[in-house]
Amino acid sequence: MSYSCTSTAYELKCNECGKGFGNQPLSACPDCLAPLEVAYDLESARGVFTREAIAAGPANIWRYSSLLPLPKGFEPDLPVGFTPLVKAKNLGKRIGAKNLYVKNDAVCFPTLSFKDRVVSVALANAQGFGFETVGCSSTGNLANSVAAQAVRLGLKACILVPADLEPAKILNTQVYGARLVRIDGNYDHVNRLCTLIADEYNWGFVNVNLRPYYAEGSKTVGYEIAEQLGWKLPDNVVVPMAGGSLIRKIRKAFQELIYLGLVEDKPVRFFGAQATGCSPISQAVKKGLDYIDPQRPNTIARSLAIGNPADGPAAAKMIQQTAGWAEDVSDVEIVSGIQELAETEGIFTETAGGVTTAVTARLYAHGRISPEEITVSCITGNGLKTTDALAGHYQEERAVRPRLADFDAYLRELDGIAEQELATAGGN
Amino acid sequence: MSIKVTLPTAFTRHTAGKKQFDSIAENLPALLADIDQTFPALGIQIKGDDGKLRRFINIYVNDEDIRFLGGETYAFQDGDEVMLIPSIAGGWK
Repeated sequence: MSYSCTSTAYELKCNECGKGFGNQPLSACPDCLAPLEVAYDLESARGVFTREAIAAGPANIWRYSSLLPLPKGFEPDLPVGFTPLVKAKNLGKRIGAKNLYVKNDAVCFPTLSFKDRVVSVALANAQGFGFETVGCSSTGNLANSVAAQAVRLGLKACILVPADLEPAKILNTQVYGARLVRIDGNYDHVNRLCTLIADEYNWGFVNVNLRPYYAEGSKTVGYEIAEQLGWKLPDNVVVPMAGGSLIRKIRKAFQELIYLGLVEDKPVRFFGAQATGCSPISQAVKKGLDYIDPQRPNTIARSLAIGNPADGPAAAKMIQQTAGWAEDVSDVEIVSGIQELAETEGIFTETAGGVTTAVTARLYAHGRISPEEITVSCITGNGLKTTDALAGHYQEERAVRPRLADFDAYLRELDGIAEQELATAGGN
Repeated sequence: MSIKVTLPTAFTRHTAGKKQFDSIAENLPALLADIDQTFPALGIQIKGDDGKLRRFINIYVNDEDIRFLGGETYAFQDGDEVMLIPSIAGGWK
């Protein structure tokens, strides 16, 4: 891939005291300890970040590179992102939606989750800062992505995960040759340990000391949604929440597009989705709080199982500001959500996508979203990574002899069973 | 009774480079008072305008978030290892 990226001038800025800190691997303000965020000279992006310039770029996230924090001379290596935005007519019919879209990051390149976006931006900065070893604390998808992209760039990777992670996510990290350390604890324990490691080792932790840069990669979901809707903003966005960063960055992307005149200004409501077994942000929204009561996660949606979400308070506040809402669903509903999306739209998502789909359905059912409104449901990961969630839901059928008569008989048998089931259930 | 307190490197410019110290504080408010006394500059840094510990700072006692143990009401036990860690977050203002 040969595409040269030129970023608009940017630097780290403290959200609290407003001080700037240039560009360095740093996540908290040295003075007031508040989190740092990347701020751009947006005015200088006028005339540069235009619909035409974007259309002339490659069909991946690097078409938006002028509003991503990328070090000078960065040349993108992998065609990350630009995933399909599909109209979900079948799912819509089932749940009472007329203008529902699915943003399908289950097929994001290279490791089948939206984390590929944030990791590519973080590793560009890791290289820019001269780190030779990179790492992360992860609930799985981030681990996969850091491992794959680090090896491609010739960086060493050390990845820390909770010991009880899904086997597929462990394997999908080890296969790239990354050093994987399973920690005897939940994600919050792992994350705390990574903070301590980043304090002592000269490593680039994508979601610790590189976090401000890493998080900016999530904005590309927002840019893509707007562009794929024909440079229009939707009325509503439904987003799964783990740490609470993605939902905020989609909004930041929309605000930048409005500021630069690429889309018309309109109110967009943001809806957050969590599993009831780990719902600190949705609980905060429901109670109208701007702080988080941490929880001990207990859900099959392990990629969302962050009990003390870093961006939780900010996400809760932002959702309330946009007149949105947050919901949480049970593990049973999560599995149904996975099945419903697969059966209606042919999209096989992981447990987090089951959360988002089930929450989307509930928001329509409760009248929080009107059928006619343009609504985007963000699917962030692939079902092949969490097949264990479906264990026991599909039985292995007996093998049929390779003869037409046997096949006919088998089909009749199956149809008979289906009719019998219908009759028992009170159908015809 | 004594507890061992560990600070992140970012705080050590207010403690003359000290990353660990012992305290006889019986609970979190007493520990903050102890820090005010021993390292006044750090005391200012870790508290907001309301005089309370900033929300950006998480307190852990023997690997457990103090909020799960009762927060300010938790009575430190002899030998407790207490850690102050800035939360890595995107801000909430």
